[in-house]
Amino acid sequence: MSVPTCQPEELLIATVATMLDGLGHIAVGAASPIPGAAALLARARGNGRPAISILGAVDENAFTDGGKELFDCAAEGRIDAFFLGGGQIDGEANINLVGIGNPRQPKVRFPGSFGSAYLYFLVPRVILFREEHSPRVLVSRVDYISAPGWSAPNVYRPGGPYALVTGRCVFAWQKETHRFRLASVHPGHTVDELRAETGFDYDLPDTVPATVLPDAATLSLMRGRVAGEIARTYPGFAARLWNVAAAA
Amino acid sequence: MAPQILTLDALAARVPDGAVVAVPPDFSGVALAATLALIARGVRGLHLVGVPSTGFQGDWLVGAGCVVTIEAAAVTIGEYGPAPRFTAAMKAGAIRMIDGTCPAIHAGLQAAEKGLPFMPLRGIIGSDLAVHRDDWKLGANPFADDDPILMIRAIRPDIALFHAAKADRAGNVWIGVRRELMLMAHAARQTLVTVEEIVEYDLLADDATAAGTIPALYVTAIAEARHGMKPLGLRRLYGPDDAALRRYVEMARTEDGFRAWLDGGLPCPRAAE
Repeated sequence: MSVPTCQPEELLIATVATMLDGLGHIAVGAASPIPGAAALLARARGNGRPAISILGAVDENAFTDGGKELFDCAAEGRIDAFFLGGGQIDGEANINLVGIGNPRQPKVRFPGSFGSAYLYFLVPRVILFREEHSPRVLVSRVDYISAPGWSAPNVYRPGGPYALVTGRCVFAWQKETHRFRLASVHPGHTVDELRAETGFDYDLPDTVPATVLPDAATLSLMRGRVAGEIARTYPGFAARLWNVAAAA
Repeated sequence: MAPQILTLDALAARVPDGAVVAVPPDFSGVALAATLALIARGVRGLHLVGVPSTGFQGDWLVGAGCVVTIEAAAVTIGEYGPAPRFTAAMKAGAIRMIDGTCPAIHAGLQAAEKGLPFMPLRGIIGSDLAVHRDDWKLGANPFADDDPILMIRAIRPDIALFHAAKADRAGNVWIGVRRELMLMAHAARQTLVTVEEIVEYDLLADDATAAGTIPALYVTAIAEARHGMKPLGLRRLYGPDDAALRRYVEMARTEDGFRAWLDGGLPCPRAAE
């Protein structure tokens, strides 16, 4: 069976979903349509598991105890995976969500750290996700550490980074060495290109596989059920990618 | 003392210049009609506390010159991009931002509602956020060896200001699952609330509504403001006015554009008074 052409966003959704299969509960932050769709894809093929909590959504969010509940839930170990981005991300997995330059009068100001400085410590599998893969974003050292990639041994930290997924590749996080390793390169991109577009140093294996394209069944599930479900929270995203409206 | 039922302008007049005002994020209950009333009366020197973030409301107040300090985990208008007046004010050094993180703001308010001086909180250690906070102190878990933990000073806002679906004549306010609004009311010295409607029955009489209701004892004053959260959406009642929000973001890219928006293009109807 021939696989229909896969859009770049569909590859990212499928790639992230493979990191979520089999987990119990995934939380997704606001304004995160690709991680949200990945979580819904994992649920669709996992017979309702993992459970999903999309923050700020009316659907796909069962929390009833206000804004603090996500954080209490994470602290009790009830959330298995979460997503963080960053205006800057460096090779030690430090993330900057605050800005560039003097924080009192920055050259560039990002929205702010949100819950990153907490959830990065407490959620076991934090997937760093940033579509833009450029030396501007992936820097040798962040200007401001909203949340550190690793901590001293005496700091309580059951959680931390798991992988960094960009529009060009997947990096796996190596907890022991506090470094990324290039895990796969998305089709259409090259190892040499990544070297030029990445501002931090990382481990490069002798052979790096291509990121696996979603098969026809996965694409079908994504374009059908998942598209309708994600449209309820991200109608603009679902309309742009799949030309679908929200499922009833 | 029972909460007073005021007009929108009279409610806005209860926010003095220089007040520490706790406000909720865009997906909770934001008192936008009251915010325009505040801007119209020229409030100055506010210290906003985003619980845990602020969005369009904060951007409007910054643009109108009402704010000296924002304490929040983020100033965000989500998919609409960077908050335009906030970003411009930060680059100009015109306002002070106290950067925090969501659970630390919740913890500070939880300390206040318990009458405690501080609350310990996991995480954060090693973040540059802590470097800039003299109200966060590194402490130690007294029940374990070598377990550093951060202490967050209580946050006691002068005023909690928010919007909800309904209140009753006694001043009980129904907030449903948006319980950060309950936390804000517990922690603040005064709580000012706008509501879609004031109902003629007792919200505490049925546990189905009572469970999601802030009792009047925490509420200072309420005002009826139908569609008082537009152009944002209010959970299960109305959706966001996407065109109005886009128009704001477009116009507010410049100071002049923001002034023009404020003068001519107010997207929300002033409440029925």
